[in-house]
Amino acid sequence: MEEKDGMRQQEDVWILAVETSCDETAAAVVKNGRQVLSNVIYSQIDLHTLYGGVVPEIASRKHIEKINPVIEKALADAGVGLEQITAVAVTCGPGLVGALLVGVSAAKAIAFAAGKPLVGVHHIEGHICANYIENKELEPPFLCLVVSGGHSHLVMVRDYGTYEILGRTRDDAAGEAFDKVARAIGLGYPGGPKIDKVSCEGNPDAIAFPRAKVADNSYDFSFSGLKSAVLNYLNACRMKGTPVERADVAASFQKAVVDVLVEHSKRALEDLGVKKFAVAGGVASNSHLRAALQAMCDETGVLFYHPSPVFCTDNAAMIGSAGYYEYCRGVRHGWDLNAVPGLKLGERI
Amino acid sequence: MKILALESSGLVAGAALLEDHVLVAEYTTDYKKTHSQTLLPMLAELCRMVELDLKTVDVIGVAAGPGSFTGLRIGSATAKGLGLALGVPLAAVPTMDAMAYNLYGCQRLICPMMDARRAQVYTGLYFFEKGDGQDTLRREMPQRALSVADLTEEINRRGKEVIFLGDGADVYRKELEARLRVPYSFAPAFCSRQRAASVAALAAEYAAQGKLVGAAAFVPEYLRLSQAERERMQADETQREQMRVGIKPENLS
Repeated sequence: MEEKDGMRQQEDVWILAVETSCDETAAAVVKNGRQVLSNVIYSQIDLHTLYGGVVPEIASRKHIEKINPVIEKALADAGVGLEQITAVAVTCGPGLVGALLVGVSAAKAIAFAAGKPLVGVHHIEGHICANYIENKELEPPFLCLVVSGGHSHLVMVRDYGTYEILGRTRDDAAGEAFDKVARAIGLGYPGGPKIDKVSCEGNPDAIAFPRAKVADNSYDFSFSGLKSAVLNYLNACRMKGTPVERADVAASFQKAVVDVLVEHSKRALEDLGVKKFAVAGGVASNSHLRAALQAMCDETGVLFYHPSPVFCTDNAAMIGSAGYYEYCRGVRHGWDLNAVPGLKLGERI
Repeated sequence: MKILALESSGLVAGAALLEDHVLVAEYTTDYKKTHSQTLLPMLAELCRMVELDLKTVDVIGVAAGPGSFTGLRIGSATAKGLGLALGVPLAAVPTMDAMAYNLYGCQRLICPMMDARRAQVYTGLYFFEKGDGQDTLRREMPQRALSVADLTEEINRRGKEVIFLGDGADVYRKELEARLRVPYSFAPAFCSRQRAASVAALAAEYAAQGKLVGAAAFVPEYLRLSQAERERMQADETQREQMRVGIKPENLS
């Protein structure tokens, strides 16, 4: 990689990245933080659909089955051997502890046996860094909305590896609310894509669901009240014997979530005077959310960034990107690196 | 033949290096720290101390279950990662077999026991068959999860003197003493827990017999389904049973 002044040459950095925090077994090879040479994802979703959600023990066992083939394919797809790898990066939290441990243990053993440095990466920082992969010009500072099955954060990215949480959910994550409502209206698991799809046929203004406000931090989110409002509405319909229009419920619920996410993001952008905005996480694939965020950014003259769906879902390429910036900052972890299921954003272990 | 063995199926974390007939190094701890914080640092220290070039290792031996699900995961993923990076196969040694091997040559019935929670132990029954210059470990009852009541019935039925080892023997000592109708004893501390050296010794036998498994294909033997799978199977069974006797399954969801 050539530096800006063109005087000094820096070595290319090849990161082998591993991600097993939930129900995707993933590995990738990423060059210099932004060039994805391979991105292998084994999704266990069919397995967990039987149970209406991710079963941690089943997820952990499946990771054990898939971890080596997935890593081997990532190396083969990238056309590199372990000897060409500069460092091994792995998600060490947050996530399901048993699932995380598979990736952490395997990545540590590979780094140890191959004589490579080890870099532990925060899963959400990975999601944020997913935006670097396809937006080569994107650099901090920018504001990022992270929305997934387990997380809802409004984050100010001050610099590479420097994150400031402005707001977070007080109860359910946005994706969690999607799953619960989808289950209640009989759409099944996973809820996000199903609600997104069925909403296209519904009227988003059919039912007035509440937009929750949190009193002491106006950037925080709360989705459990909204979820309860949907359940109460369904219950009331049942009592009265009125038929439930699933598409209308889905569309109205989704609109309530999207409105809150957009409104908070817009206010934070204005308050901080930031002109770059990114979205990340599984829910960032939601077409209605994307369209609404795009419209808000167009209206306010803010540049809007979002990853392709393959980089929104849990993947290892994003861990390779985040791992690269951590590596460049000098982060190295010891062989005692542990899985930290409740690791906080910006926290360093 | 160099065999690097890992044991993390229970409270013990252990690593051992066996080279032909020499146990070059063994590092074992029984301390309440998670294996993800102990196992690889121990292995790294072992390698440093005996100046092991990992590239010269032929086989990774691993305690392949049963055991604590978390412990098995850490040991298995570590062994699989080593196997991937070094391009060597694994020897998957059943945890109870390796524990029984601690008492090599013992002419009693050998009964390793691990506390498996839910009022069960992981256990098995073993004996050593005398041979020409070497004894061979034989399975009288292959490893399984049992209640102590069922285990003692198995032992009493055989009517042979028995020696216990493992943390399960400590947890259920009173119940064993109350139920046993045969002479019994408990192994002393130096050989009463999982040992990576025993895993290595059996791994060497597996290697000699060509009983090796690719690092990618290896999965541990948990001996138990996850709770969600168990409950689902029970629900299915109830449903089948009710259909068999003519009850409509609608009310079961």
